Amino acid sequence: MDFDVIVIGAGPGGYVTAIRAAQLGLKTAIVEREALGGVCLNWGCIPTKALLKSGEVYEQLGHLADYGLKVEKASFDFAGVIARSRKVSAQLNAGVGFLMKKHKIEVVEGEATLEKGQGAPKVVVALKAGGSRSLQARHVILATGARARTIPAVGLEPDGERVWTYREAMVPKAAPKSLVVIGSGAIGIEFASFYRALGADVTVVEALPRILPVEDEEVSKAAQKAFERRGLKFRVGAAVKKLSKSKSGVEVALEVGGKAETLAADVAIVAVGIVGNVEGLGLEALGVKVEKTHVVTDAHGGTGVPGLYAIGDLAGPPWLAHKASHEGVHCIEHIAGLKPSNLTAPIPGCTYANPQVASVGLTEAQAKEKGIAVKVGRFPFKVNGKAIASGETEGFVKTVFDAATGALVGAHMIGAEVTEMIQGYALAITLEATEAELHATVYPHPTMSEAMHESALDAFGKVLHI
Amino acid sequence: MPIDVLMPALSPTMEEGTLAKWHVKAGDAVRSGDVIAEIETDKATMEVEAVDEGVVEAILVAEGTEGVKVNTPIARLAGEGAASAPQTAPASAATPPPAQAAAQSPPPAALAKPAPSAPARGDGVRIFASPLARRIAAQKGIDLSSVQGSGPHGRIIRRDVEAAKPGARPAQVQASTPSAAPVAVSRPVLSLQQMGIPEGSYDLVPLDGMRKTVARRMTDSFRDVPHFPLSVDLEIDALLAARVKINAALEGQGVKVSVNDLVMKAAAIALKRVPEANASYTPEGIAMHHHADIAMAVAIEGGLITPIIRAAETKGLAQIATEAKDLAERARSRKLKPEEFQGGTFSVSNLGMFGIRSFASILNEPQGCILSVGAGEKRPVVRADALAIATVMTVTLTCDHRVVDGAVGARWMQAFKGLIEDPITMIV
Repeated sequence: MDFDVIVIGAGPGGYVTAIRAAQLGLKTAIVEREALGGVCLNWGCIPTKALLKSGEVYEQLGHLADYGLKVEKASFDFAGVIARSRKVSAQLNAGVGFLMKKHKIEVVEGEATLEKGQGAPKVVVALKAGGSRSLQARHVILATGARARTIPAVGLEPDGERVWTYREAMVPKAAPKSLVVIGSGAIGIEFASFYRALGADVTVVEALPRILPVEDEEVSKAAQKAFERRGLKFRVGAAVKKLSKSKSGVEVALEVGGKAETLAADVAIVAVGIVGNVEGLGLEALGVKVEKTHVVTDAHGGTGVPGLYAIGDLAGPPWLAHKASHEGVHCIEHIAGLKPSNLTAPIPGCTYANPQVASVGLTEAQAKEKGIAVKVGRFPFKVNGKAIASGETEGFVKTVFDAATGALVGAHMIGAEVTEMIQGYALAITLEATEAELHATVYPHPTMSEAMHESALDAFGKVLHI
Repeated sequence: MPIDVLMPALSPTMEEGTLAKWHVKAGDAVRSGDVIAEIETDKATMEVEAVDEGVVEAILVAEGTEGVKVNTPIARLAGEGAASAPQTAPASAATPPPAQAAAQSPPPAALAKPAPSAPARGDGVRIFASPLARRIAAQKGIDLSSVQGSGPHGRIIRRDVEAAKPGARPAQVQASTPSAAPVAVSRPVLSLQQMGIPEGSYDLVPLDGMRKTVARRMTDSFRDVPHFPLSVDLEIDALLAARVKINAALEGQGVKVSVNDLVMKAAAIALKRVPEANASYTPEGIAMHHHADIAMAVAIEGGLITPIIRAAETKGLAQIATEAKDLAERARSRKLKPEEFQGGTFSVSNLGMFGIRSFASILNEPQGCILSVGAGEKRPVVRADALAIATVMTVTLTCDHRVVDGAVGARWMQAFKGLIEDPITMIV
């Protein structure tokens, strides 16, 4: 037996799992074919946040007069913006390397395939450096993540030039003057927000009737208005019939409400969901059940094949880094015989556009579908003291309670830095708080978070500042 | 810097053990590798070696103490620069098995004083429950002290109170009866994986409501009710002959009486003759039932259910047969109304059709008895010191000793045997 645990994939699911495994005294290896930190840290969550910060600061410069400030001839160095984003990723990538070393986790660089082994499958790694290594462990945890979904039939696949996925959109040589973003989930909206901040003419195309379709409907509507105020354009309920390339750019043929339309732009970004990285692992031969590009797992990540587990994006939606880490820790603690009981915790979702969107738990519509009689509270930032002082009065906080028990079942926020606040509600739901605890909690003044208090008060007719 | 010596986990599944023997006493100097104690588990006795050097400052758990939880400090060493050494001494294992590693990993402080698995009840000690669990408990009238928590550190959370029954307060009911043991706390259950059955080597069928009910009721009954079985052989040739005649007489009505119908009828009459067997135990007293409400166990897809022939002692065989057939059919299609399977004062379970010779059923609380009916088969019997052949059926009566003592159960069996072996007496 070479190891107790081999983790395949060093994204936020895999590397966190490896650290926890090592902490539990298990001899651990991690296999990575590209870069420690995975998509999240190298091509996703982290570098986009760096880009968005640049965009947000630049956009802010346009409103300096509102603050009594003056700057002349603001401009940007696009290569510098991209370089900063890469530097941030590089720093964190090195950090993961350090963490692996600190926990004595062996990093095996290469691409893994599974074969029938003793107990758990054997892991055969085609090494980056050449040659291969065959490793046997008691437990193998798959954390190979996911990648952008493409639909070649209608031209929705990257060519590296004019059609991008998140990956190409992260490191272009120059900022496009005009852009069509296909898909209005978090990834699409974030790139739309970034390139719009730098002055591009951006249109977002969404097949469903509203943008950010997983969010609460009121938030979707408010977000679209807020983005439109910044000059973003939207085509919702629009099916992409064909994306074609011309010499100067792209043309997107749409069907909106039965009518054909065409959009032209320099570049198109394809952000129509993601698919799990299930290929090339030898899953079929082992009898691992795969449904819609995701590995089917039980409550603890077990795949049904002895000693083989899957976590994170590979194991299905929501495709979020924090969900992957959470599942990974649960999986390895379960393997170690601890009794983790954390998988009932709700998973917050965040979109880092300007303004930001964050939510946790059920939307109002989802709660009603479940047959829950709801009490809904709302509080706008436009009457919040801190928001007014900061000049960031867009957005609101919406809370959804179960009228029968007072349990907080969902919270939905749009506004400045709401992604930093949503954890308060996540904690409340995890602790099974009712309105009584949310009302009794003291929120510091002046903060944006007071709106969280007021929203919970509003749901029960006790709002103070309206 | 003093070092705590912790109760080691000697196997991946070990949760507690007996501190069988100390080889050192306070004041002794120990070196790494010295045997300091012997630990006994249900499986083996093993020696505990010191990993740190130092002087034994205190023995914290006395020799002979049973049920010492893993990771509880058992002794304290006044160490000599050995602070970085591991604190427990699982003698072997270069790579500790997962569960053992896990057992070591939480900070000792968290486990130093293992919390009682259920909070103390009714004496002001805090019960840990989520706000939502408290509210739902209040709404449903559930006493939180009767609920076992499944959240972190045994905290009571929503799903625990949602699974609990209103008005359930076993702790207090039990405490008020001198004979009863304190209510059993749900015992720690190891996962199959911890017991050596790897995940993926089986399919998991989710527990449906019926399975959960069967599991809970049978566990409670078998654990909490002091029960004993009584068996007797019945010769049923006369009964079978009578059945043929009865069925011939009933042919015109389209009714067919089964042996089980005759058994239920005889059981009901026997209960009238020995009414002490038609009783239920309650903390307030023994409930002597007015009627013999006979619950008949019916196996159905995914479990079993016990529909009831009410006041069977007042009903004729044709009526019992008709009702039993209707109830069994509707039980199998899951169309029984709750009032048709809730209650009952006495149960009959029949596995004769499977060729089972004899068995002892688990009591169906709060009933005082359950009769298990085996197969009727030709067996050698001794008559007037000569071997003869008779159709014999073995029945077993499981009794709740709190209401039905051995002699009462035996008297009932005697009455029942008389009725079955001489069926004409049923109509007297």
